Amino acid sequence: MSNEPEYDEITDTYTTGHEWDGVKELDTPMPRWWLWTLYATIIWAVGYWIAMPAWPLVSDYTKGVLGYSQRDVVAAQLNEAKEARKIYAERLLSADLETIENNQDLLEFSMASGKAVFGDNCAGCHGSGASGAKGYPNLNDDDWLWGGSLDEIHETITVGIRGVHEDTRLSDMPAFLTDEFLDEGQIKDVAAYVTALSDKSVTAPAGSLEIYQENCAACHGEDATGNKEFGAPNLADSIWLFGDDQQSLISTISYSRKGVMPSWAGRLDPATIKALAVYIHTLGGGE
Amino acid sequence: MAKKPQDSEPPQQAAPPIVPHADVERAAVDAVNKSEYRSLYAAQKKIHPKRAKGTFRTIKWWVMIVTLGIYYLSPWIRWDRGPEIPDQAILVDIANSRFYFFFIEIWPQEVYYITGLLILAAIMLFLVTSTAGRIWCGYTCPQTVWVDLFLVVERFVEGERNARIKLDKAPLSWSKFAKRAIKHIIWLVISVLTGGAWVFYMNDAPTLMAELIAFDAPLTTYFWIALLTFTTYILGGFAREQVCTYMCPWPRIQGVMMDNDTLAVMYKEDRGEPRAPHKKGDSWEGRGDCVQCRQCVVVCPMGIDIRDGLQLECIQCSLCIDACDEVMEKIGRPKGLIAYDSLANFERRANNEPEKIQIIRPRTLFYTLLIIIVGGGIFYGLMNRADLDVNILRDRNPLFVQLSSGDIRNGYTIKILNKSHDIRKFSLSVSGLKHYKMNVVGIQEKTPEGLPVIEVGRDRLRSVKVYLTVPKEDLTNDSISVTITAKDLDSDSMSENITSFKGPKK
Repeated sequence: MSNEPEYDEITDTYTTGHEWDGVKELDTPMPRWWLWTLYATIIWAVGYWIAMPAWPLVSDYTKGVLGYSQRDVVAAQLNEAKEARKIYAERLLSADLETIENNQDLLEFSMASGKAVFGDNCAGCHGSGASGAKGYPNLNDDDWLWGGSLDEIHETITVGIRGVHEDTRLSDMPAFLTDEFLDEGQIKDVAAYVTALSDKSVTAPAGSLEIYQENCAACHGEDATGNKEFGAPNLADSIWLFGDDQQSLISTISYSRKGVMPSWAGRLDPATIKALAVYIHTLGGGE
Repeated sequence: MAKKPQDSEPPQQAAPPIVPHADVERAAVDAVNKSEYRSLYAAQKKIHPKRAKGTFRTIKWWVMIVTLGIYYLSPWIRWDRGPEIPDQAILVDIANSRFYFFFIEIWPQEVYYITGLLILAAIMLFLVTSTAGRIWCGYTCPQTVWVDLFLVVERFVEGERNARIKLDKAPLSWSKFAKRAIKHIIWLVISVLTGGAWVFYMNDAPTLMAELIAFDAPLTTYFWIALLTFTTYILGGFAREQVCTYMCPWPRIQGVMMDNDTLAVMYKEDRGEPRAPHKKGDSWEGRGDCVQCRQCVVVCPMGIDIRDGLQLECIQCSLCIDACDEVMEKIGRPKGLIAYDSLANFERRANNEPEKIQIIRPRTLFYTLLIIIVGGGIFYGLMNRADLDVNILRDRNPLFVQLSSGDIRNGYTIKILNKSHDIRKFSLSVSGLKHYKMNVVGIQEKTPEGLPVIEVGRDRLRSVKVYLTVPKEDLTNDSISVTITAKDLDSDSMSENITSFKGPKK
């Protein structure tokens, strides 16, 4: 309801004449500073529409006279970051891997950047702590299929395993059952034989030594310690990439295993691969 | 429409008809901020304080010189700490996360020293307040000091109180415009210098000065200068006494520190009343000493009348004491009608007891004791501050690694904090394991006993990756307590740190 404005003595102000359930509204003006702030924001908004990208159009948007774009800003920042890293990238490229690991500065840079690169590219298979999983090697331990020296790690990352690189690492274990080299009984025996090499609670069945020597020793060696030239794993240690139970071993021998890792050359730049190799080498298992 | 009654303007009292002491200046005004006239619905009235002369004004000049001097000059004091370390005596080095204060250096994790310092400052403020009231507000608060400085400019450009009031009322003319412009330009220059001095505390002052002159300083620096310029200009030029009355929480808090014995600037109404104008030669019998000259009102920067008693607006700057003393001297009455006094003394005078200033009281003793305890604690902490600190982070991913031989390896990130200003070498040793192999990534140097040696730069932290390998036969438990000790090769300084060695569940 609207009535005549009344004068309120306490506040020295008139009311608006509005009244709700006996509650009257004082006609207090907006604080001046508040109004000026409002006007200032309106002026600012108009200026903003002109200067900056603002209004959506049907298939485009108003670009603004300043031509600002967040994409450009990000691109510029990425370039800046690249430039900032350039000094290190150049130093990494010119130094050999041993030198990098023995230089406090380069080592710290490699360990920090290698960790980030590992997280982005490698952790998907090898795990964020590089401890691997069934079929994906643990990079912390000292068991290496293709060698754990700085140069060997660097080479493996560069060419990959069964990757697209022309020098890619490639191992080719026959599928002994499918290819009909061995029958199921023989496979069971030889599986027990290799288990017995590291697990003293298992005894090798009679005749299994002969099966091993005829079929496996050429690549895995007489003493079963493997051969890094062919990527043949050490069978005498207690680390099993595809599981240490009999069933897993029988499956490996019967159907073979074909692990895959991409060739990182071309995906990562050479300096980054070097930093990554040093990082993996410092995980503790490096030779 | 209802009729609006007459405006409730403060009554302008007519000048008294009698000619009193000719040498005593008289003002026929009421205090701008008198509580009876103050309305939250009305715009603030500008206060035009007249400059006082006397002991307290002199003290305030000196306090202003000293505090402004400290503020503007202390970033320029040099303090040699050795090579590679900043030589600025007071420096908040944000980029390298260090705080330097002469011989004190604080790392971020020691921020409790700063907390302690702030607590100490607070208790000291409590002690001062319970002893003599708002000493902080009246003399040393930056708001008071800068408003005082701005008033110096205002008076220099626009003249004394009456001239300023006249100028305010005068219509805009070229001369008024020129005066206003000059005043605001000088205020802005002071504000820029205030903001400009602030940034020197965060950066090496000479370097930053060169950068600022060449317009080559980081953007944040200009931002801080602009921000502090703005706040100084607004708070010193315009907000002034409103900051103390409406914005600052401290005036409201300090009431609890005061008691009857606390000294405060007070008008001795028992001596001053009844107040009335006085003609030279007239008798002082049967009347008070207050001659209604209102000099205490016109000098007040807060726009109050001290004779109304203790008020929350009063910052106790003592300028009314100076104004009143000057008048008392001229009319031949004893000084101190307005003086530092306590409520207890009011009672004593009423009971015809001698006045007494009681500074030593349970309250002040308690604050002093607190200061000794907190200050002693900080001092002890700083004197015994370790210049070596070691943090050990056990790898959790993976928790442990089983090697092909079956042995177990654990990884640790060891951070060695060398808080001294020398390059130091530390050996790392392990106890708690029967047999172990220790490998520190990237470290070749060894002591004659075969312990790895880690060199840490001056005032630096170095983080190294350490691997411990333990034969599987030794692992009696899935977790073994291990102590890793870092020892300075050239001194006895060492740090022992307990961590654990984990293996598979037994």
